[in-house]
Parts: sequence; C-alpha cells; structure tokens
Amino acid sequence: MREKILYVLGIAALLILAWNVNAIARLPEETQQGVTFKIIFFHVPMWAAAVTAACTALLASVGFLITKNFRFDALAVAVTEVGLAFTTVGLVTGSIWGREIWGIWWTWDARLTSALVCWLLYAGYLMLRNAIEEPTQRATFAAVFSIFAFLDVPIVVFSIKWWRTQHPQPVFWNGGSFPPDWTTHFLWNMVAMLLLGTVMVAVRLRQEEAQREIDSLRRMAHAL
Amino acid sequence: MGFFRQVLVIAAKDLRAELRTKEAINASLAFALVILVLFSFAFDPTEDTTREISGGLLWIVYAFAGALVLNRSFARELPNDCLDGLIAAPISGAALFLGKALANFLLVLAVELVSLPVFGIFYNVRWTSQFWELMLVLVLGTWALTVIGTIFSALTVNIRLREVMLPMLTYPILVPALLGAMQLTTGLVAGRPIGPDTVAWLKMLIGFDVVYTAVSLVLVETVLVG
Amino acid sequence: MSAVAVDGVWKFYGDFPALRDVRLEAAAGSCLALIGRNGAGKTTLLRIIAGFSRPGRGQVRIFGNPPRETETRRQIGFIGHGIAVYDELSALENLTLFGRLYGLADPHRSALEWLERTGLERVRNGLVREFSRGMRQRLAVARAFLHRPSVLLLDEPFTALDDRAIAVLQTLLRQALAEGKTVILSTHQLREALELATHVALLNRGQAAFCGPTTPEMVDDPGLIYARYGEG
Repeated sequence: MREKILYVLGIAALLILAWNVNAIARLPEETQQGVTFKIIFFHVPMWAAAVTAACTALLASVGFLITKNFRFDALAVAVTEVGLAFTTVGLVTGSIWGREIWGIWWTWDARLTSALVCWLLYAGYLMLRNAIEEPTQRATFAAVFSIFAFLDVPIVVFSIKWWRTQHPQPVFWNGGSFPPDWTTHFLWNMVAMLLLGTVMVAVRLRQEEAQREIDSLRRMAHAL
Repeated sequence: MGFFRQVLVIAAKDLRAELRTKEAINASLAFALVILVLFSFAFDPTEDTTREISGGLLWIVYAFAGALVLNRSFARELPNDCLDGLIAAPISGAALFLGKALANFLLVLAVELVSLPVFGIFYNVRWTSQFWELMLVLVLGTWALTVIGTIFSALTVNIRLREVMLPMLTYPILVPALLGAMQLTTGLVAGRPIGPDTVAWLKMLIGFDVVYTAVSLVLVETVLVG
Repeated sequence: MSAVAVDGVWKFYGDFPALRDVRLEAAAGSCLALIGRNGAGKTTLLRIIAGFSRPGRGQVRIFGNPPRETETRRQIGFIGHGIAVYDELSALENLTLFGRLYGLADPHRSALEWLERTGLERVRNGLVREFSRGMRQRLAVARAFLHRPSVLLLDEPFTALDDRAIAVLQTLLRQALAEGKTVILSTHQLREALELATHVALLNRGQAAFCGPTTPEMVDDPGLIYARYGEG
C-alpha cells in the first residue's frame, strides 16, 4: 500500500515537472539574461528543498538523541542525503548558469560560497556515518554533528554575505523582473520539487530500515 | 571539588603530559614554520601585498598547525584506556571538556605566538602597531578553533580514519570563525584599528565562541557516555 | 537494599541484543564471580554497572542510585582491560591526579599510602611507561582502591597478572570484603575467583543463566557450572 502511494506521488511530481518545463519553455524570455534566467524556476525550489531537508535533519537528530528511536536516525540520514543531492544539482546548475552569463565556471559570490560550505558540512555528516560501524554510536555521533552543522548554516550564510558586501565579486544573478503570471509556474515547481524530495526520502527510509534489519540479523548469526 | 578546580586539574594533567613528551607541540610548531616557508615560494610579495594577505596566511597556518595539537586531545586518552578512568571519575563531562579545551587553547596559542614574529621576519612585515587588538583576535579565534577541535576530537576518538575525519569535520564548521579572524587580522596587521565597519566581525566571532562553547558543554556527556 | 542491583537490563548494538533481561543482585560484603564464555556479555554488563554505557532497557542501581550520579561514582572502583593510568606521568603523579579527581582530602598522602600497599613506593617517581607488566597492573589496582570505594568492579583482573600482582590483589580484595565492601569480578580463571567468591553468576549469550551462592562442589569442580547451566 505504502509503495503504491509512493509511486503515485513520484509520478505526480514528475508529471508536474514535465508540464511545468513545457510551460516555462514557452514563456517569453527575460530581457536581461535571456533564456538562462529561467533556471531560477528550478534553482530556487531546489534550494528551498535543501533548506527544508536541513531543518528536518535537525529535528530528526534532536529527536533521536531524546528518544533513541532509530526511526529518527533513518530519517536524518535519508533527508541529509536527499538534501545533499539537491544541493549538488543546485551548485552544478548554478555553475553552468554562471558560465553562460559571465563566461566563468565559478565565482566566490555569497550564495555559491555559502552553498559550497553547507555542501561540505553535510558531506562531512555522511563521511562521519561511514566511519562508524556500530549503529547506536553512529546514530548518536551523527546526530551530534548534525546539530553542530545546522547551527553553523545561518552563521556561514551571514558571515559570507557580509564578507561579500565588503569585497564584492560578480554576482551570478541579479533577480531581474518577475512578471506576476510567472508566479504560478514558480509555485508549482516548488510543489513538484518538495514532492520529489519527499518521495526520494521515503524510498531511502525504506532502504535504511531494511539495511538495519540485515545488520542485526548478521550480528545474530555471528553470535551463534 | 568545585567545577573550576576540576577544570584546572584536567588542564594541568594534559599540559604536564604534553610538555613531558612535547610530541604534539613540536610537530605543530615545525609544521607552522614549514607552511610559512612554503608560502613564501608560492608568490613573491611586496610588503603591501603581504599585509593584505597576512590574515589569510596566518590563520591557515594556525588552523593546520593547531589540528595537530587538537587531534591528540582525546587521542591521548586511548592508550591504557585512560578515558575510562576519566569518565568513571566523579567529575562532570563539562569539566573534562573544558579542562582539555583550556590545555589545547594554551598549547595552540603558544604555537601561534611563536609563529607571529617568525612571520614578521620571513615576510618583512611589521605587525605590532595594533598589538593588543591583535592579541584579542588571536584569543577569540583560537578559542573557536579549540572548542570545535576539542569536541570533535571527542567525537572522532574511537572511529576509523580519525586523523582524516577530524580536519574534514572541523574546518567547514570553522569557516565563519576563520573568515572573521582573517578579516580582522589583515586589518590589524596593516595598521588599521578595529572600526565600525569591522567590529561586526568581532561580534560574530564572540557569538560563535559563545554558541559553540555552550552547545559543546551540553552535548559532551552524550558523546562520551551515549 | 542490595549494594548492586541489575534489574531487567538489555543492551542493544543496533538491533542486536548483547544483553537480554539480565537480573542479578550483589549484597554488601559479598563477592560475585561473573563467569561465561567469550562474547557472553560479561564486559558489557560490567561496563554498564560501572556507568560507562547506558542500558537500552532496564536499570542498574548501586545502593539505590544510578551509577552515573556523581556521589555514586565516588563509591565505584573499576579495573578494566586497560590499566587507565598515564604512561607519561609517574606512579605518584598518576595517583595524586586521581586522588584530586575523587576529591580526597590529602591526595598526596593517599597516593603514597597505596603505592606502599601495592609495593610500588620505591618506583613512585618512575614513569609508568618504564614499568614492567606486573608493576603496571599493581598501579592499576592502586588506582582502583585509592578512593576506598564501596563497590569494586573488576573485569578479568587475574588475566595476565604476574604472581606478585595476583597476591597483592587477592590480599586487598580479602581486606575489602572483610570491611564489608562489595566486589563483582568477571573471570575466565574460575579457580582463583572461586577462592574469593561468595556468589557466582553465569552469563550465557547475554542472559543470566544462573545466579546463586558458591557451593563446595563448585569450588572442587568449577567446570560443573558450565556443564549444568551453560551451553557448549
């Protein structure tokens, strides 16, 4: 039953995306930046999904530390992985956009730099998990690190933004004008991204629980 | 025994053990000097250029050399299962953490204070014009480095690839603190006192220190005992 | 109220139960020998009793209090697989350190006293890394007894001890028991343990298969317990 719901949601998300891509492609091009401006339709929702993932990871981590229930740990890792995937795509598409507009693959502007640091933080979380074999210790330590990482995110964003107001660099995008009838497409994309993210998290959750069961069966077998 | 006495006993123990072998502090100092030398090959700076990169250069040296000290922090408790002895003792995890952090802080600060004049000599930079403000930034930045390094040393003490994991986890978290310290240091070495446009960095650094010290004190018991 | 009460303790590593519903008690003044195969959970159980890790379910009470409570920690002396003393410090420095951590009134004097009782007063200023195996073990014993704990938890204490260290430990344990202190020790060496033990508990695959007073037939033939209650 749960699988069916996941399939339906997944297909719905992809359909919305496909329909939206089509609609957005037909929209008139923005005056300053041309067709590549439309990347904002995908970029911002992706960042929104990544931020949602970070907040969920924090809640899941705190939840695990308080209840010691491994469901929270599974949620934390699933959400972080999906968030990291979204952030990676965001960084890559942002870089491609920069190449189109400015001719450079990278610049240390505020947004990209903050995103990169946050990427490093959450990649570190996954590396930490990889380095700990024992499940309870892994969940506990990962949860602690997740709290540290989450607290850092606003400090990182603020300090890098402040740094860049003092030492400006080419900014990758400037906003541009955003006609109101575009807003519907934008919001639909938001929905689609969040839906897609949720589906991916759910799939990852099931995989994590299956893995845990295998691990404990393996331990039991060794003990016999 | 009061909390602060416990902190001092732990700090004294760490310092005594370290000063007897001098393993970490020698390695740290040597590493700092080597990096300073290597950087001089990376570019041929005029004195003005050097002043503008001084903050970045110094704090990279401090962060890398400091990691050598911080890595040892809880790792020194591994032989003979000494960590068991400390956890079993009737002292709070917070006191244990703070004691170790204090010892680390003093060791890293010592390396930094030696590196500073060496930097001045090698790169022909006069850095003493805003001396006390520079010392303040050194203290605040080093405390940030120490707090995160010590708590993560506890986190990584028993896991695989500890020497790789500690810097990988610590440096991204430290980005804001290092950024602030670098900005402030560059200005101070160049002779500009901390003014209204740079005081925000100072406030951020203080905020960083306070927040992460508090969080570490709260979570250290979880890390040590689970 | 018993000195040590283990009540329905489970310990999980992930989903795997290393300890399953363990219940046992040790009365004050008794010496409990915890026996069992490798992997049965003896070390895990001792470390939970000592407060190094928390049980997944159930609880441990030492004189009615949880082991992690500050005052309770003062009552516990633990010897694990490692000696828990610092190689870079001298014997005297080590014991003075622990004396201070345990809040003793005169750490220096207590350290000297216990160095003497373990036969280490002549090497008191020697660094531990220069000590022989037996000397290191004796220092570990001194560290555990230093703050005069009421409950002694020893994980395979007789393993890899030389004769002198064994003699020192047995003397100190007998004195402690005579003073009404409680001892729980896990061991493979049944014979040495059963000389001291008033009670025996057998752990098998994380469960307490047997718990009761030692009987003369056990002392005569230690393998008996395994035969009756253990599995192959």
